[in-house]
Amino acid sequence: MPQLSVDSRPQLARKARLRTDQLTGETLLLYPEHGLVLNSSAAAILRLCDGRSVGDIAVELAAPLADVLELLTTLSERGLVTEGDGSIAGAG
Amino acid sequence: MDRSRGRGEGVSPRPYVLVAELTYRCPLRCAYCSNPVEVQDRAALDTADWQRVLGEAFELGVVQVHFTGGEPLLRDDLEALVARAAQLELYSNLITSGVPVTRERLAGLQAAGLCALQLSFQAARLGSSAAIAGVDAFTHKRQVAAWARELELPLTVNVVLHRQNLDEVASIIALAEELGAERLELANTQYLGWAYQNRAALMPSLAQLDAARAVVADARVRLRGRMELLFVLPDYHGDRPRTCMSGWGERYIVVTPDGRAMPCHAAHILPLEFPDLRAQSLGSAWNDSDAFQRFRGTDYLGEPCKSCDRREIDHGGCRCQAFLLTGDATAADPVCGLSQRHDLVVAARAAAAEAAPALTLRRLHVVR
Repeated sequence: MPQLSVDSRPQLARKARLRTDQLTGETLLLYPEHGLVLNSSAAAILRLCDGRSVGDIAVELAAPLADVLELLTTLSERGLVTEGDGSIAGAG
Repeated sequence: MDRSRGRGEGVSPRPYVLVAELTYRCPLRCAYCSNPVEVQDRAALDTADWQRVLGEAFELGVVQVHFTGGEPLLRDDLEALVARAAQLELYSNLITSGVPVTRERLAGLQAAGLCALQLSFQAARLGSSAAIAGVDAFTHKRQVAAWARELELPLTVNVVLHRQNLDEVASIIALAEELGAERLELANTQYLGWAYQNRAALMPSLAQLDAARAVVADARVRLRGRMELLFVLPDYHGDRPRTCMSGWGERYIVVTPDGRAMPCHAAHILPLEFPDLRAQSLGSAWNDSDAFQRFRGTDYLGEPCKSCDRREIDHGGCRCQAFLLTGDATAADPVCGLSQRHDLVVAARAAAAEAAPALTLRRLHVVR
């Protein structure tokens, strides 16, 4: 598994779906047999995983780069975020 | 959902998962099947019924739906049900034997909004697979997995483990890797439903389990981030029960092919009247029915559970297993070392040292 860096372009894995909880309004990350309730900063980061770089996401959210990297690395170790290959930005 | 739960007095918990058992019919005859041994001869829910049930599940808070069975592909309205789930933004999983399906149908289900495919294998090789399933489906299943990869449909490979295939675990993991599975679910058999009829033939030895566990632990490190590897030990070999279904009526709703709502897919055997969704809504079944409230929480538990510090964790274990083995659905699950009837489980485990009897392949027994 490649290490994520400031230049990585993370994307949600195909098996993972982001949606708004119908009862609470919170953001859910759903994948086979599981779901995570995201806090607002995690939700904001994942919603920007659209082909832009980790660095750009941190700038856009005015969030500490280390926090953005840590979250995305954790999710990548769980197979929920993958490193983009450049062809993904317009897909899905 | 990774979230601590808790609820006020009189308030129902929130269901997260709907298990939609679309039919009990299946082209395979797996000896470990968890489906009921006898099925009542009642008409199946039609398309409109199922679509209504999906809507009611959404309103209750459900976020994932498992289309399962039997073999859900045997229903020709599966696409319409997947589409309804997608419209509600439910995460839809198709839990299937892969028989029968074509590439075109798989693509159609994906277009309808199917999120993920869970494909069963019985073993790592054709011969052992056919012996367990009663049908030679191995080659076709490999083809289905290849189609899923071509279509970029997320793939879980699911293998129920037991005495007859545990020694193949390394090959099973290699097969799942080769097939490009994102997740491999290796769950040891639960001895309920049809599997209970075959318990002696399926019960593994402790040595088999220990060897398999070591193989899985190594593979999990190697595959980290590439393939999620789930290994569920058989509860007969633990000394504390599992938290069955995350608690009775806490997270899961099972709906049977004929429209009964149940807290667990093995609950048919219990002496309870399960709500008929042709006559009442899923909401009233979940919130108000006796069947869903009977074993919610821990109030019904007697000793040794009542004074046990794990009662809020495991709720005394599996209600169906407690009833199946002791005749008392409020008893401690006998897999627990503290149960008064743990001797039943110890004896069943010891039987694994004997020669295994032949597998009895599943057949659908409809009671009229």
